[in-house]
Order: sequence, then structure tokens, then C-alpha cells
Amino acid sequence: MAVVSKHYSGVGKAHEAPHEEEHDPREQLMYDPLPRGVMNDMVMESMTTTSWKFWAVFGVLSVLVAVCFFYAWGFMISEGLYIAGVMRPAYWGVFLVNTVFWIGISHAGTFISAILRVFKAEFRRPFTRAAELMTTFGLIQAGASIFMHMGRVWLFYWMLPVPNARQLWPNFHSPLMWDLLAITTYVLGSTMYLFLPLIPDLAMARDRSTGWRKTFFKVLALGFRGTEGEWRHLTTAMNIFAFAIIPVMFSVHTIVSWDFAMAMRPGWSSSVFGPYFVVGALHSGMGAVAVVLVIMRATMKHMDYFIRKEHFDGLGKLMMIVSFAYAYFFFNDYIVQWYGGDKWTDLLLHWLEEGPMAWMFYLLILFNIVIPFLTLWNKKIRTTPWLLALIGTLINVGMYYERYLIVPVMLTINRMPFTWKLYFPRVEVFLTIGTFSLFIWLYMLASRLIPLIPVWEVQEGQMVHSLRKVGKTQVPTVSEFE
Amino acid sequence: MSNQMVDLNRVGAKGAIAEAAEGKWGMVIDRDLCTGCQACVAACAMENNLSFVGEEDAGYGRAQHWIRIERLWEGEYPEVKMDGGFQPMLCQQCGHAPCEPVCPVFATPHSEAEQINLQVYNRCIGTRYCANNCPYQVRSFNWRDYHIQPFHANLVNGQLVFPLHNQFNPDVTVRRRGVMEKCTFCIQRIHSAQDKAKSEGREVEDGEFTTACAQACPASAITFGRMDSHESLVSQLAHLNRGEQHLAELNTLPRVTYLKEG
Repeated sequence: MAVVSKHYSGVGKAHEAPHEEEHDPREQLMYDPLPRGVMNDMVMESMTTTSWKFWAVFGVLSVLVAVCFFYAWGFMISEGLYIAGVMRPAYWGVFLVNTVFWIGISHAGTFISAILRVFKAEFRRPFTRAAELMTTFGLIQAGASIFMHMGRVWLFYWMLPVPNARQLWPNFHSPLMWDLLAITTYVLGSTMYLFLPLIPDLAMARDRSTGWRKTFFKVLALGFRGTEGEWRHLTTAMNIFAFAIIPVMFSVHTIVSWDFAMAMRPGWSSSVFGPYFVVGALHSGMGAVAVVLVIMRATMKHMDYFIRKEHFDGLGKLMMIVSFAYAYFFFNDYIVQWYGGDKWTDLLLHWLEEGPMAWMFYLLILFNIVIPFLTLWNKKIRTTPWLLALIGTLINVGMYYERYLIVPVMLTINRMPFTWKLYFPRVEVFLTIGTFSLFIWLYMLASRLIPLIPVWEVQEGQMVHSLRKVGKTQVPTVSEFE
Repeated sequence: MSNQMVDLNRVGAKGAIAEAAEGKWGMVIDRDLCTGCQACVAACAMENNLSFVGEEDAGYGRAQHWIRIERLWEGEYPEVKMDGGFQPMLCQQCGHAPCEPVCPVFATPHSEAEQINLQVYNRCIGTRYCANNCPYQVRSFNWRDYHIQPFHANLVNGQLVFPLHNQFNPDVTVRRRGVMEKCTFCIQRIHSAQDKAKSEGREVEDGEFTTACAQACPASAITFGRMDSHESLVSQLAHLNRGEQHLAELNTLPRVTYLKEG
């Protein structure tokens, strides 16, 4: 896997190592342990210390959520989809762009917490939860966006296999049905996978809080006391979920891509869409994790202890590797289609390259491929938080453009030239702002209610990492996990 | 042929029923004869209760037409050359339809009895996948309840009256917002002809009835009838050398044949 572990390489370098200024192992969280009680109190304090700035942002977001999400959506339900910009060639618009985008964001959580956990990448420890929360909250936005898109959303349950007077199952031939099943599985699986590692931290918070918070944590911690048996069961459950959620993660975005790839349309009908979408999802997800980590570190108390340069460094490397993979699939998709020379595909590719949305096509290449390639090889850039956040934001803008090109812009070109028409979003703009606001709103709320740092994971990691003295040098060592 | 129930849970591999290349009902459109007068468009709208969507939405690409006249040209104005003249485009009633398997709720089933594509309005939830997957782009969506909008009405003594409601065809559903719709080959006419024939103990004869568009066409460019009988006019026209099917390379088995000009 693409995980570069700094600790192991550090052992070998101790002999050569002329660059001593970079080499203090205590810069790494795992070799810089704090007593348990102190660390627990730090996390509790980061959760309970709330400045007026937080409430100001929270208030603005609440208004935005109320107006741009609930009011705009309610208005659209009561009036009809005509207030959106969708029309004849572009029957699908920004709503499905948002769906694909948010499902993409949600992939980062699973990737970081499940894959890095399975491969025992140590640098993941302090931010697995932050990433898992992105999964859950991202999927909420994705689900809402699908429902916004439907013409008669109040009948959404007709897609569920419930007994009915028509004696019909839903149509399991339809990619949308596969989509529903895959996303539902992913929501349930990832929420449980978010909750399981949360239990010990909830128990810790329960023992250190009073009032309504204590009741809240007491209910959620399910009476966890930290006995040997409880830990054994919890570890088993987490292992099962960590392995089981990985194929689910790959299947979800593959199936989302099949919504497009299964259709008989120039540009969409591509057999590389499955892996292309999965890698694209990881690309935007990694970028989003970087942005979230930088914001967390800048705004929450004590976070500079938990989130350090090494984490940005590791994330930056992951982002670069994913952008290599993305570039590979991007060119694979376009070059094969271009070389095929199908009349309609040719028209579509010319439209992308020269049409009114060409700027989006070129910015997509710039943001997703050129900028990560040119910047992320440099350790100084990787470890500068604001630069990494900027690159992460640009990658996400680029990935949004990619989905925008695939959904409404590619829909413009079909086999009936008489119907060609360019799509422009209308109420979709507000609803997009609404979903973004709701995501941040939920995240801010969660940062007050649950420990964003998985304290027990950090402590577990610090227990097995230690500095040993060999002669005059200190050598970082790692003992085996059980 | 009896109106047997289709068990939608047991249809073919892709959810669509693949039929023989020739269906039961068919249409031939002679592009040599078409003058682009749009009479078929108007007749279809009257027959099938299509909504008047207003100027703005029609210009934006939301006009509710089950048949449209496409004008195809080459070059930029003023160096314009008409290319192929007029091409009336309507649902091709594919025997192997791309729109059918993609609907999650079976709102786009295939009729085994009539061998055409159906659209079940009250089962549709508006995912619009069928419209995306239709290579002919002939499905139209009800973006709002057009038929109760003020632009559908006249203002009389401060009150909105809807004169167009008086000419609704009672045999056809008025569609509400959020559902997809498309040409049905005037299935209400097929059914009434079949009912009449059944009560007289015979099969429906070719030419006994026709669709609204074929009926209205002043140039007789549109012919509708039984494709499964070799004596019928539509079947003989369809087998002329000039006959071609639109986007036949997609293997959708269209039931509409176009006669090339010239």
C-alpha cells in the first residue's frame, strides 16, 4: 500500500543522518507521549471550550441551512422542479453532481480509517475519527441530493422492496436500484464503523463530565467500562468492520459510476468509469481531509499536540499518489474514447475542448493533476498547513468540475443534434450552498458533542512506540501489536 | 390477441423484452412528403392532453411535445444549407428499448400485447433516467403542474378560467408534475379499436383507425398501421428501398421507419 511509515525508515537513517534538525523523534506524536489523564483532559477541554467566533459561524450556517437547504427544498417540492435548471438534454443536473461529489468526499473516511487501519499505518491514529465523520455527514448530503433530484420525492419508498398492492418488486435491473442498495449499505456500515471506535472515548467522556453531557455520553457509551472482555469484543467487531467496509467502499462508487457507464450515451458508456470514479472519490476525499485537519488544528484547543507536521506530510504523500492514479485513469478514459473515433464521442470531446465549458475542462486538469504533481513532491509544501489546505481545496474544486462535466455538460451532446442545449443551474446554486452549509454545521455540532480525537487509539499507539537508548543515540522502536 | 398481464418480475435479461424486428403496430414517415407544417404536433397535443408550458419554459427546452419537427441544417447563418429537410421525431416504440431496464420502479414497462413501450404515470417517481438513456430524446418531463398555471388560462372578470380544460381528452390522463411522459402510439385509439373489433368477434383491420398525428398530416407523410400483416400499407411502405430506421446501429429495433428523401 501507499503508506510510507516514517518511524521504520528512521531506524535505518540514524546511522547516516547528517540532518539532525529534522530528526528529533519527539516531533512525532507517537514518541511524544503524555500521561493518560492529561491527554483525556485536553480532549475534553477541546470539546467544551467554545468561543464566540464558533457561535457566530454556527449561527450564520444555521441561517444558511434553514434558508438554502430546508426552505429552498421545501419550495421546490411544493412548486415542482421547474425552479431548477434541468431541461431536455440535461435531465440530470447539479443535484447529481452534488450526489457524486459528496459520496466522493465520504470515501476518505473509510479509506483512512479502514485501509490505513488494516495496513497498520501509524500516522492515521489521531485523525481517523475526523475522517469517519466526513463519511457519515457526506453521505447525508449525498442522500439529500438524490432526493432533491427526484420528481416525486414523496414517493421515494416505491424504490424500497416493501409489499405493495401492485405485487411488484422494485426493478433490480435498474442501476438506480443498485445505487440505492449500495448507498444504504454504505450508510449503515460506515455509521456503525464510526460508532464502534467511538465507544471507549464516549466512556472516557462520560467519566469526566457532568450534567446533560454526562447523560448524553452515558446513553451512547452503552455502559462500556473497559474490561478485558469488552475490549476483546470491541476489537473483534472493529476488525470485522474494517475489513468488511473496504469492499463496500469500492462497490459504492463503482455502482455510482454505473449510473452513467451503463447508459447508452457518448461519453458515459465507458468501461473504465468504475475505477476512475473510485480513484476520483479518494482524490477529493484526501483533499477534504487535509482541509478539515488544517481547520481543526487552527480553531480547536490542544489540537496542535495531536495533529502535527508528520500527519500533513503523510496526507500530502497520499494525496500525491492518489493524484498519480487519478491522472492514469483520466487519460485512460479520454484517450481510449478519443482514439475510438466514434462520431458522437468525437463531437462530445470537441465540445469539451472548445465549447463554452472548456475552461472547466482545462481547470480540471490543472487542479487535479498539474498542481498536485508540481507541489506535493516538496516536503516543505506538504508540511505547511495552509498550503496543503489550499491544494486540498483546489483538488476538490477540480473534482467538482469533473463531475459537472460528466453530468450536465456531457448530457448536452446526444445523438439528436436538434435538442442540444447548454444547462445552467438555477435553484441548484442555493441547494448546493445548503448542502455544504449543512455538512459544516453538522461537523461543528459534532465537534462539541463527541471527542474528535480517538484518544484511546493515540494512547494505544504511544504505548507500543518507545525511544530506546543505544549508546548515546535514542532509537525509536515499535513493538508488535496484538 | 388477448390483453394478457405482463409479469414484470420475469422479463428478459436486461429488463427489456427483446422482440422480433417487426412489431405489431408500426409507423412510416415519408420525409419527402413532410412539409414541416407542425399539424401533427398540434393534433398530438390536443389528442393526448399535452400541457401548454408557456413561452419561457418552451424556449428553455421544456416544451411538452410527444412529436416534434426537427429542422436540420448545415453551416452558420446566413450560409445555411438545409440538410435532410424536416424530420418528425417521436417515440420509436423500440422493440429493445434502452429506457425500459433503467427505471427503478417499473414505470417504463413493455406491453407484450401491443408490443410498444408504455409509460405508467402514477408509478413514475421522476428519476428521469429513462429520458437520459433514450437515444432519440423524445421523452418529456412534467417540470411543474403546467395545466393549472395562469398562462394556461384567460382572465375573465378578475377570475382565471381555463378554456383549454374543456377540450381535454377523457380517455387520456392529465399528468401531474414530477412524472415522465412520451408518445404512446395513441394507445387509447388502439384500445377502443380493439374493443370494437372484439365485440364484433374479429381482429382489428389495418386502416380501421390511425394515430392523431397521421390523421392530421395534410401531406399524408405519416402512415400508421399493422406491421405484422404484409398486405398493410405501412408494412409495404416500410419495406421500400428508401426505408431506414433512425440510429439502427444501436439495435433498439425501432417501430418507426423513415423514408429517405429523393
